[in-house]
Amino acid sequence: MQAEKHVVVIGNGIAGITLAQRLRARSASRITIISAESATHFSRPALMYVYMGHMRRQDITPYPDWYWKEQQITQLQDYVQTIDFASKTLQLRQNGSFRYDVLVLATGSSAVYYNWEGQHLKGVQSLITMQDLELMQQQTQGIKQAVIVGGGLIGIEMAEMLQSKGIAVSMLVRDNLYWRSNLPVAEAELVTQHIQNCGITLQLQEELAELTGDDTGRVSAAKTQSGKVIPCQFAGVATGVKPTIDFLKNTGLELDKGILVDYFFRTNIEDVYAIGDCAQFKDPAPGQPALEQLWYTARQHGEVLAANLCGSSKPYNRGPWFNSAKFLNIEYQTYGFVPHDWDEQNYGSLYWEHAAKTKCIRLFYERETGLLKGINLLGVRYRHDLCHHWLQQNYTIHQVMQELTAVNFDSEFFQHYEPVLLQQYYQQFPDRQAPVKQHSWWNLRQRFSLFSEKADNC
Amino acid sequence: MHQNLYLYFRRLGHALLIISTICLLVCIVGYQTFDPVLWGWSGILLLIVGSLLLIVPGRLREHVAHQNNDICQQQATTRGWSAWLLGVVLTGFYVLLYWFPYTLQGLVFALEPLSQWLRQKPSDHWFVYGAFYTLAVMLMGVHALLKYRNNRYHLIRTCSVIFFQLGFAFILPGLLLAFNKPEFYFSYFWPLKYDYLFPSTVGYLVDNGAALGVFMVFWGAVVSFVATPVLTYFYGKRWYCSWVCGCGGLAETAGDPYRHLSDKSRKAWQWEVAIIYPILGFVIITTLALWVNSWSGGSLLGDLSGGFARTYGFFIGSIFSGVIGVGFYPIMGNRVWCRFGCPMAAYLGILQKHFSRFRITTNGGQCISCGNCSTYCEMGIDVRWYAQKGEPIIRSSCVGCGICAHVCPRGVLKLENGPRNDRYAGTILIERDSLQILS
Repeated sequence: MQAEKHVVVIGNGIAGITLAQRLRARSASRITIISAESATHFSRPALMYVYMGHMRRQDITPYPDWYWKEQQITQLQDYVQTIDFASKTLQLRQNGSFRYDVLVLATGSSAVYYNWEGQHLKGVQSLITMQDLELMQQQTQGIKQAVIVGGGLIGIEMAEMLQSKGIAVSMLVRDNLYWRSNLPVAEAELVTQHIQNCGITLQLQEELAELTGDDTGRVSAAKTQSGKVIPCQFAGVATGVKPTIDFLKNTGLELDKGILVDYFFRTNIEDVYAIGDCAQFKDPAPGQPALEQLWYTARQHGEVLAANLCGSSKPYNRGPWFNSAKFLNIEYQTYGFVPHDWDEQNYGSLYWEHAAKTKCIRLFYERETGLLKGINLLGVRYRHDLCHHWLQQNYTIHQVMQELTAVNFDSEFFQHYEPVLLQQYYQQFPDRQAPVKQHSWWNLRQRFSLFSEKADNC
Repeated sequence: MHQNLYLYFRRLGHALLIISTICLLVCIVGYQTFDPVLWGWSGILLLIVGSLLLIVPGRLREHVAHQNNDICQQQATTRGWSAWLLGVVLTGFYVLLYWFPYTLQGLVFALEPLSQWLRQKPSDHWFVYGAFYTLAVMLMGVHALLKYRNNRYHLIRTCSVIFFQLGFAFILPGLLLAFNKPEFYFSYFWPLKYDYLFPSTVGYLVDNGAALGVFMVFWGAVVSFVATPVLTYFYGKRWYCSWVCGCGGLAETAGDPYRHLSDKSRKAWQWEVAIIYPILGFVIITTLALWVNSWSGGSLLGDLSGGFARTYGFFIGSIFSGVIGVGFYPIMGNRVWCRFGCPMAAYLGILQKHFSRFRITTNGGQCISCGNCSTYCEMGIDVRWYAQKGEPIIRSSCVGCGICAHVCPRGVLKLENGPRNDRYAGTILIERDSLQILS
């Protein structure tokens, strides 16, 4: 990227920010990040901690002001009204027209509402933006009961937030267990039980029919499709997200659910790119999602686009999937791909669960080849670098078992459950031998070079 | 726990604490009229019962997932009026203790029976200080144990600091006195306990303690110069700062609710290095000068080295470690002394940074930059700065308390000891830049 070029990024979430940082590491070009939401980048997953009083607003901004100054990355808080792709000009609400040479759209997601009756009542909202957080702080002052619509990751976050303020929470979950559309039965049961033990009411197999209000226009109850009426003074909508692209409609930019891009994040218009939640792959590789709406993938999108803007020509290749979350007090990590249901003939898994139902480990593999397909962890931490290596190098479950002792990442003095998992493995595979030696993480790290000495490793 | 029962305990706890304060004030102000033992002990017992009534039901009622709820929204933990009041009371206590100890005579009388029983010596204001200090570590130790009850590292570590404070810094020195031996703290070392290697203290120990005194001098020197580098090599400075040290013990227990108040800015780090290393240098120079003076019979330096020692004792030993170090807990966080002032921390820090196997590992590319780690770092380290780049955290100031790893909602951090080669290397799963906070 030539120094005289002006790269403008719309959106200061993790995708846009990563792009700007990685671009700066490679190029002296002028970089401006525009966001209507906030003056500077903040960590979106951390919004909940501000509400719960774990942190203040300034604590969730990952980079201090001097950083942006020293990196010469300009941040502009303004709202992009329209884009004229022909003249490469943005119309901003406060700063008027604004020229770019290269435009990167990283506008993120907005909440999906399903046109329920009463969805515009006071006290009904989702939680995605900083403004949503402020609204939620206002709208939940002094209330007693709340309903969360949707049993996903944002839903459980909102439930935890509300509960921290002593508000009774009911969650409407479409499936028969929490997050069953993503978790196998055993894991979903474990999490479901934990949520219930923490005092959150789960209304399983219930969907929202309508929201009713009182005479002040405020929500007063949620009615489910089975006819249950749950009184509430707040309704959190967490039924998924969709790319924020409304302002791009009829501009000549190719859109579907999101902004259509190839694996170089190029849109149909020259010098215009899209990354993060708002981007949709035009021809996703078989078995790969068209939309990737994760923190981690957004960061990777930014990294890859920055490299490509600076002359690399490597398409985006995500590598083994990973994700993490926290359900109240239970941490969740997943590496590779564990489906929520599978055919037992072709796939098998080693599964261990703690008697207290607070921890579990699942190693999922293909029976015929023994290939490791994915790992699910609840309440147990594994080393990302090693799991990534196993999946990248197509380890079989047998090879994984040889290195299993090196993978645990729990704090010191925590009990390790890998021996139990190994026992199970020998029961499933009686002809297999015990590992010749116990590997330590440090040996494997050295042997497979699972580290990078240099900074600026882009 | 039943809500009403909890509220009942809470009110009772507050009431007992108020009565306790009155008793202690009567003891301090009116000891000439009222029986100081009766009023003093009533105050102490009510303080214990009242605190436990607040701490135990309060923590048990709180689910472990809610450990830090409201911390940044309550006035007591966000420099509100009660934080300032507590700061003034604590600071005031230190001012009285150091410069007007006779004002605490009532408490000295109150603890006379305990002192006689434990030490077979009359009580004095330093005994009063030691007793209240230990009590604070124990009561708030209960708080820390209950708060972090879902984490074994913190359970063991908290038990360790309570054990060392109660056993090594309170009971053992008392017993030594009871057996007519020199008073000695086996858990404090030069350069924190700077005078343990001063010629005057060495002389006193050897003269008054006979064989035991020689052992004490030997113990102090061996721990300072041999055990400290060896243990720090294997475990980092945490073996001392958050497992053994009394200052660390108070910070990790009584100071725990204030850990988020530490300043995370780059400026604060600049101040840190500008203050703590000169203090270490000052202790070293003072010690050397005192020995030179001692060997030369005072002919070489006159009273200069003594002046050095007194200056250090006044500004660093009293004002910094006590008045500011503890008195400012509710305002500047719980590790002000450890971070900016402690020469032992400086010494351990240099070892930790350059000659240690310790580091906090970041788990691959898992960081979501939320900031819980940085917020709850009592040493003001911007932990997130490293975590979001996938780098290990290796900072001389890190005391290895382990709270960053505990509050991380994605389990990204792990305190561990490993080989020193490629110790600073990060993950291959995130691209990062070379920009450092301080070069």
